[in-house]
Amino acid sequence: MKLGRANLDEFGATVLALAEKDRDVLVVTSDSRGSGKLTPFGKALPDQIVEVGIAEQNLVGIAAGLTAAGKKVFAVSPACFLTARSLEQIKNDVCYSNWPVKLIGISAGVSYGALGSTHHSLHDFAVLRAIHNVTVVAPADNFETRAALTSALDYPAPVYIRLGKRPMYDLHEPDAHFEFGKAIVLRDGPDVTFVATGETVILALQAADKLAEEGIRCRVISMHTVKPLDEAALLAAARDSKALVTVEEHSVMGGLGGACAEVLLQAGVHVPFRIIGIPDEYTMTGSQEEIFRHYGITPEGLAQTAVGLLAVAAVD
Amino acid sequence: MIKRANTGHTAGSLSSVDILNVLYNRIMGVTPANFDAVARDHYIQSKGHSVEALYTVLADAGFYSAAELDTFSSGGSHWVGHPTRKVPGVEHNTGALGHGLSVAVGLALGMKKDGLPHRVFTLLGDGELAEGSNWEASMTAAHYKLDNLTVIVDRNDLQITGLTEEVMALEPLVDKFRAFGYAVREVNGNDIPELVEALEGVPFVPGKPSLLLAHTVKGRGVSFIENVASWHHHVPSDEEFRLALSELDQAEAALNGAHR
Repeated sequence: MKLGRANLDEFGATVLALAEKDRDVLVVTSDSRGSGKLTPFGKALPDQIVEVGIAEQNLVGIAAGLTAAGKKVFAVSPACFLTARSLEQIKNDVCYSNWPVKLIGISAGVSYGALGSTHHSLHDFAVLRAIHNVTVVAPADNFETRAALTSALDYPAPVYIRLGKRPMYDLHEPDAHFEFGKAIVLRDGPDVTFVATGETVILALQAADKLAEEGIRCRVISMHTVKPLDEAALLAAARDSKALVTVEEHSVMGGLGGACAEVLLQAGVHVPFRIIGIPDEYTMTGSQEEIFRHYGITPEGLAQTAVGLLAVAAVD
Repeated sequence: MIKRANTGHTAGSLSSVDILNVLYNRIMGVTPANFDAVARDHYIQSKGHSVEALYTVLADAGFYSAAELDTFSSGGSHWVGHPTRKVPGVEHNTGALGHGLSVAVGLALGMKKDGLPHRVFTLLGDGELAEGSNWEASMTAAHYKLDNLTVIVDRNDLQITGLTEEVMALEPLVDKFRAFGYAVREVNGNDIPELVEALEGVPFVPGKPSLLLAHTVKGRGVSFIENVASWHHHVPSDEEFRLALSELDQAEAALNGAHR
């Protein structure tokens, strides 16, 4: 597997390419063009970047207004602020009013690491899942990032895309098919399924590699769209597997794991099941990598979880 | 509408209906025929709770039949207690306060980028000025020199709990708006000729967003509703309703007499 660049860098390059082709494409930033990798965009297309200063509520309201004026707007701000400080603007001015703003949550999850919990977004899936009329996407690699942004450009409804800072391995063939709400099966196997999203997909794949050495064969699904969830792919995986593990850089409450549990239980599909994410506690301090390690969001930790679940499955 | 539905915001709608009347019938060129175009004047009502005034003016402007107003706040009706785009003629969903100005700023900025000559008008309540987002948006309006934006403040001095100055003092309001970069004018917001004269003069200063501080009377036109905070969303009793209509009929007759 080839190491690509950070999804944020891919975002900066992709949105610049889209904007060069269409002068109605605008990015709106809240003193966040540097962290959003938009400094080259600002230099190349100064008329297509709107700075609002450190004012995230205003950022989202202005993005809605610019969309009403016929613009294709990427509203870019750290995910932690965008989906908390501006949540009411997202709910009312974007989703309820149905202006198809592209909400870009940068440095999402625990990307900001040791900056602390003010800068973490472990709630964004949960709060946005409970708001009608927004598609929620966490790309796993540069391909998914590029595809999600391109798909969002003319999408007729609001989209939230969360992006991280760390270089990501390329997981896909360049001609892979990407569509909102359609999971991508990266690997198939009959024993355990990992349903992962965003930057944890690579960790699930690496866990599958480790398990393969022990003769345990895994299905790995990139559930890039957390909402609407690909229920068919999830149910098929749960029926075909002896155990199912969800993985996300998000609270274990209300995110991908919760969404999967809702679907599985209501469909009457019972499989040994575990939600791996950040537990409901004062988050440990450290880099993204240290936080992941602390909470078992590592290839080793995920493999261990899978083995434990298979033991449960064997008893059943 | 409010009486039939047994719910609504009586007093704030009465304070702002003159402003809406002037905007839709004298100032803006918004019609059902051009509504889908970006290239026209726009109106965002930030004080969404005065929706009865907006619904009435939009019906009058031909966006829908006045009979639709009979469905106000009833199950399944789009004519709910705060404006939504499901209602023809409504541009943006509001109701949570402190939202309309940012959206109006975005609209004005987008239109300026395209070199359009049209204007954006937005109506804010005075009570909602305590929402900090208004001041974020005001900074942006001045920064981008949005002289195609006119902010009208329905200054009726009252909010649901009581006088604005007792709940959370706003004054000196003109100084605050000037400091934030607006060109400010004050009018009697229940005086039609004054409103027409002021709104025909926007932008007040080229290169600056305009702010019209419209001094109004909450509950305007009905003696026992005027300036009484508890009428914010009080529904009139049968007797109050009869009295209110009779006062408004008398006022209408007096106006017609004056014009003869």
